[in-house]
Amino acid sequence: MSTSVCPSLRDRIARHVRDIPRSGIRDFFDIVSTMRDVISLGIGEPDFDTPWHIREASIYALERGATHYTSNLGQLRLRRAICEYVARTYGVIYHPQDECLVTVGVSEAMDLAIRALVNPGDGVLFHEPCYVSYEPLVRLVHGVPVPVPVSAADGFRLRRAALEASWTEQCRVLILNFPNNPTGADLDLEDLEEIAEFAIERDLIVLADEIYGELRYDGSPRSIAALPGMRERTIFLHGFSKAWAMTGYRIGYACAPAPLIEAMMRIHQYTMLCAPVLSQEAAVEALQNSERDVEEMREQYRLRRNVLLRLFRELEIPVAEPRGAFYMFPYIGHLGLSSRDFALRLLQEERVAVVPGTAFGRTGEGYVRCSYATAIDDIIEAGRRITAFVQRLRNA
Amino acid sequence: MDPLLKLLRVRARESEENLAAMLGVTPEEVRQRIADYERRGVIRGYRAVLNEDAIDEDTVVAIIEVKVVPEREGGFDHIAHRICRYPEVVSAYLISGQADLLLFIEGSDLRTVARFVSEKLAVIPGVTATSTSFMLKTYKSHGFLMDSPDEHERLPISP
Repeated sequence: MSTSVCPSLRDRIARHVRDIPRSGIRDFFDIVSTMRDVISLGIGEPDFDTPWHIREASIYALERGATHYTSNLGQLRLRRAICEYVARTYGVIYHPQDECLVTVGVSEAMDLAIRALVNPGDGVLFHEPCYVSYEPLVRLVHGVPVPVPVSAADGFRLRRAALEASWTEQCRVLILNFPNNPTGADLDLEDLEEIAEFAIERDLIVLADEIYGELRYDGSPRSIAALPGMRERTIFLHGFSKAWAMTGYRIGYACAPAPLIEAMMRIHQYTMLCAPVLSQEAAVEALQNSERDVEEMREQYRLRRNVLLRLFRELEIPVAEPRGAFYMFPYIGHLGLSSRDFALRLLQEERVAVVPGTAFGRTGEGYVRCSYATAIDDIIEAGRRITAFVQRLRNA
Repeated sequence: MDPLLKLLRVRARESEENLAAMLGVTPEEVRQRIADYERRGVIRGYRAVLNEDAIDEDTVVAIIEVKVVPEREGGFDHIAHRICRYPEVVSAYLISGQADLLLFIEGSDLRTVARFVSEKLAVIPGVTATSTSFMLKTYKSHGFLMDSPDEHERLPISP
């Protein structure tokens, strides 16, 4: 077997795909997977299993023979449940017939939205540090990523001034994700109002990634879509992975005015056809009977957040108090190591995995992301190890 | 329910420092609140939840439904308190339905439990009927599963 074909095959990969940098997370994953006895604070998914009644709903569905395609948009029963839920929880009214599309997780919904809206050369604004997929998705449609740096001084909130500084004439879309992965930041109502005003002035469509919407520690779920003048220029993206602990089900949805959903559907019908039917069945159950499960899990995350927060405060490591999601983004830049080196050495010396902040954009340098979606005993033990590591760094 | 009590129900052995960290209060406050709950009798005790089937010890647990005649004064309480004085009775509840009281009795063997029922329990004035079942296997107790389900691993790092 010859290996000489490899370079030429690489040349055959489309340029815009080849140019997408390897994910910093995948890179780190490869290192962690080779090691044993690692306590991982690097996991971006709940450690809770999906609540049993939801799992049971998919088992029943399978027994009843729910093994077929559904409508491209998703089962009407589910779309009704989604629209009722979004109206009840976020105060935005969508019509199940033509304003709701069930997708394979928010990841697919975000991809569809970007593909539906962005022409080659169009700018897409997003706050950074941010979830890993936004920039690559924009590049895949030959769009221009326009990261808007947010800073620890602002509690990683997105401010109008920062948007104005980054905005260009080409910008057509703004992505918002609060509560935020990786910082745990959330926006105040006034922040949302400022951003809404900006979006209307500059005629931007907002992609509101609400995946952590229920995991807010103070206050109830809210979306920019509910603000005056925003429903008609927002695609509301949500899913079941985080608050309902259903990552493996791969089920999410988009709600938006009919022309936008129709455009997304055109892509979805050819690429995905429909979201998995068993996941759709489980999602109906999740929407109708899970209020207490979600609340219980959120309270568990709160306890864990408090433990990790106290650890960093005691170590005098600057960290913004997370207001949502299950991530903390401490600043370790003053300890003399880059994010990557800090994460690598913490892993090698103490067997604790965190994710270098740079995996979430260049502005993440100096930070690491710690996920507290992990058993509290592991968080406590990780705390001991991090303390030992940091003290060693300081004494060196 | 106070989050501290909720925590203690599943993590009674947790250190005050850790409880304080979880709740975002000081260890001193945790100490005081626990002492207060103990003093007021809200916390009645602490116990380990054991998988009895995994212990090499032959104890027998009987579940007994008891019908009683309530008294003019005190209703069911008086007779229930009387029954609870026997150390063999590990738990006792007033219930709705056919029976009035539900008892969990622990004994070293079947005969001991049978003797307790016939000689001590059934003869208490006001007890009109008993129905005894024996516990064969515990699947779940106080919220804890006795079998550890298969661990399904998560990816060690994910976005």
